[in-house]
Amino acid sequence: MLDYFLTGPGQAFTRLIIYLVAFLAFVGLNAAYLVLAERKGAGWFQRRPGPNEVGPAGLLQPIVDGVKLIVKQTIVPPGTDGLLFRLAPAIMLVPAFMCLATIPYAESVYGRSINVGLLMVFSFGSISVFAIMLGGWASRNKYAVISAARIVSQNIAYEIPMLLVVITMLMVTGTMNLQEIVGQQAGGFWHWNILKGIWTLTNPLMPMTFVIFFICMLAETNRAPFDMAEAESELIAGAFTEYAGFSWGLFFMGEYANIVVSCSVGTILFLGGWQSPIGVLSGGAWGLLWFFAKMYLLIFIVIWIRWTFPRTQFYGLLNLSWKILIPVSLFTLMLTGALLRLPLLLHQLF
Amino acid sequence: MIPPKEITYAGGGVLSAPPEESFVLNLGPQHPAAHGVLRIKMTMDGEWITRAEPVIGYIHRMHEKMGENRTYAKFLPNTSRIDYLAAMHYTHAFVGAVERGARIEVPLRAEYIRVITSELQRIASHLVGWGAWIMDLGGLTPILYAFDDRERILDLMEHICGARLTYCYYRFGGLCNDVDDYFLQGARDFVPYMRGRLKMYRALVTDNIILRKRLEGIGIIDAEMCRRYGVTGPVLRGAGVPYDVRRAEPYSIYPRFEFAIPHYPAGDSMARYLVRMDEMEQSLRIIEQALDQIPAGPVMGKVPRVLKLPAGDYCYAVEAGRGRFMVRIVSDGKDTPYRVKLRTPCFANLSPFEEASKGMILPDALAMLGSLDLVIPDIDR
Amino acid sequence: MSMIAAFQEVYRGFMSLLTGMRITLGQFLKPNITVQYPRQTLPMPARFRGHIELTLDPETGKSLCTACKLCERACPSECIAVDGAKLEGQKTKSVTEYLLNFTTCSLCGACIEACPFDAIQFSKVYNVVSLSRDDFSRMDMVKQLAERRQVWAQTQPPPAAGTAAAPAIVPQPQDPKTP
Repeated sequence: MLDYFLTGPGQAFTRLIIYLVAFLAFVGLNAAYLVLAERKGAGWFQRRPGPNEVGPAGLLQPIVDGVKLIVKQTIVPPGTDGLLFRLAPAIMLVPAFMCLATIPYAESVYGRSINVGLLMVFSFGSISVFAIMLGGWASRNKYAVISAARIVSQNIAYEIPMLLVVITMLMVTGTMNLQEIVGQQAGGFWHWNILKGIWTLTNPLMPMTFVIFFICMLAETNRAPFDMAEAESELIAGAFTEYAGFSWGLFFMGEYANIVVSCSVGTILFLGGWQSPIGVLSGGAWGLLWFFAKMYLLIFIVIWIRWTFPRTQFYGLLNLSWKILIPVSLFTLMLTGALLRLPLLLHQLF
Repeated sequence: MIPPKEITYAGGGVLSAPPEESFVLNLGPQHPAAHGVLRIKMTMDGEWITRAEPVIGYIHRMHEKMGENRTYAKFLPNTSRIDYLAAMHYTHAFVGAVERGARIEVPLRAEYIRVITSELQRIASHLVGWGAWIMDLGGLTPILYAFDDRERILDLMEHICGARLTYCYYRFGGLCNDVDDYFLQGARDFVPYMRGRLKMYRALVTDNIILRKRLEGIGIIDAEMCRRYGVTGPVLRGAGVPYDVRRAEPYSIYPRFEFAIPHYPAGDSMARYLVRMDEMEQSLRIIEQALDQIPAGPVMGKVPRVLKLPAGDYCYAVEAGRGRFMVRIVSDGKDTPYRVKLRTPCFANLSPFEEASKGMILPDALAMLGSLDLVIPDIDR
Repeated sequence: MSMIAAFQEVYRGFMSLLTGMRITLGQFLKPNITVQYPRQTLPMPARFRGHIELTLDPETGKSLCTACKLCERACPSECIAVDGAKLEGQKTKSVTEYLLNFTTCSLCGACIEACPFDAIQFSKVYNVVSLSRDDFSRMDMVKQLAERRQVWAQTQPPPAAGTAAAPAIVPQPQDPKTP
């Protein structure tokens, strides 16, 4: 019986179970310890230590915070839409888990290698916006609705350049399978997509494409400097105002899980996934190491940006997307298309 | 951004929505922004403010009434507490008014030290105003850097008078303690350090495109509006009027120093921001010159044992961190004043807020409120 | 041309963001400046204004206060209550009771400047803590002086044989005072 599951045809099932548990643990721990990393990062950017009292160097802080959140009463205000109110935090967190199923962390560490992996990641990524809208709406609080509406309009505005950039990448890589995309970037760091476009003349503007992707990722996850809608909670109230205790904790975890997913996708698309920067030492556990190094570097940059800049004005944010990012990403899309077709065109001409 | 048709920007203002569609939002006396206990009742049409009415009085402590019941010396601690961020300036004004009335001569060394400590206080005050304002806008890091600089100033002040916020350092006729070389050397070292920090703040915050987009063109208070409301200080200089009490009504030994009066004509929040940053640089210039010129000598003049001002009216105005602060003492010959009038700058600075915030959206109005650099105890006294 | 200007503005704006990030990274790599307070403390400057205390005369160990009440009159917050009595063989009064209401004291120093005998000074105490409000609204300066005198007494050479030790001042209120 055990044989069936370990080496026989039931292997896929075992793999699935192991990965499910591992992902749950990974996302949960990440969400918790990313909060600590952010607070300590904030502290060090501000020349102070951050949390360092609870546990050695503050390492037990997220656990204590988690216990506090769990112990708090989850208040469901009267008059709210009961089902949606309770469901919204879950809808926030579940798509992040789903996305992680296809992301390859190393050569053989992945949930499932799906041919439309990239499409799946972005489809699930869009659902979390839905969750915030539901949460704001179900709260029966006019400020929450205003704030949720703003988050939706912000997310829609930044989905477009993000997808345009991803389509550009797709044209270059020719496949949506994430494992294959990483496989194409083997070799040294000059083979990574961010630099490959320059010397293979498929897209000389690739670093700028990466920057656009990064900015869109910040806006999608509602991180500063684009957190107008939820940091406005300092003034009126955010979309999460009626959530207390662990439901709020779930929204928070969902936000950090989204950051993890987005940074993983960025690593895979642009920075070579689990490939090493020197060409050797790519196999097995080394791949895991390189992947996490790159992913956490991107997360560090996300934290760095948050603690450096003030918030953008809401209309400036939308202007940035519609008036600057979309034309530029359209331009790179057309440029890449033209450059990819160029050899064929030249061949036909001569 | 396009506002709805009927609402125009600052200066005009028509209630566009019928009254049953607009709602009142209360920015209560307690909020996480760093202004103090100020309540603003905003009538909003969706996101646009149609009327913003400030309600003050939550920290009215009756300083002027206390002035009537205390002798002149006993009122000194009060002066530090009216505006705790510019405590030296306020004490200077009161002490100056009494000295003018009683014709007390202040030794030159004391005047120099008063100027040095006042300018250090101005830098400290601007650092808090700047840091708290950037924090309102979402940049949570510069306030910590500003407080690091402020620690150095406060350490110097603590060294000479023992207090860090409410100094009570000046006395009638001079100072309560002399300064020593540690203070003078510390002030000398502080000037180049602060210049380096100001350069860093320019690169980190002032040139930042996000901040510029938040502040440019927001909250225009032009010179005509300033005149109507009696606005002084960086708000007035940000509207293009180069009015500084240190030049217009010279007091103490300020005529001896060379410094510019920064003013920018735009009248928007960015102009007020730049005025404050430039003022910090000018304060550093004054401190440098004062440190070079400071003479030796006593720090306390001759003061009668029981201080009575002859009957009459005595005024003294200083350029405090936020504008023109004036003390007017009406005396009837006794040893307590008949009336102490404190003309505080923040009350006038808050006044154009109602008119200027018509037709703005809420975050812009709060950015403008931060640019006025209000300290609410100063408004309420 | 305005197209070029628009591009230039976008470029300059983007570079300003990178400059800002470089500065915060520089600050990130510097050591932090926090003093972890209960475990590390900062030295107090010499003129630090803690609550006032009676000065200990280093030669006799007594207080210099003669209960002249000048400090009581000089205080803007009326937070000092002094009482004294003339002891046997003394030319001036000695203080028997010196109560400070620290909850209303504003640390202005008017009392210290009013005192003609330098009998009070600022202490360097900044972390007073207690569980009862009376410890602050009726700070007993004479009791605190007695405690400090005991510490002082240990630094003095023992009296030579045959000479009497200087009599310590024993607080003996003459009239019962209502608090």
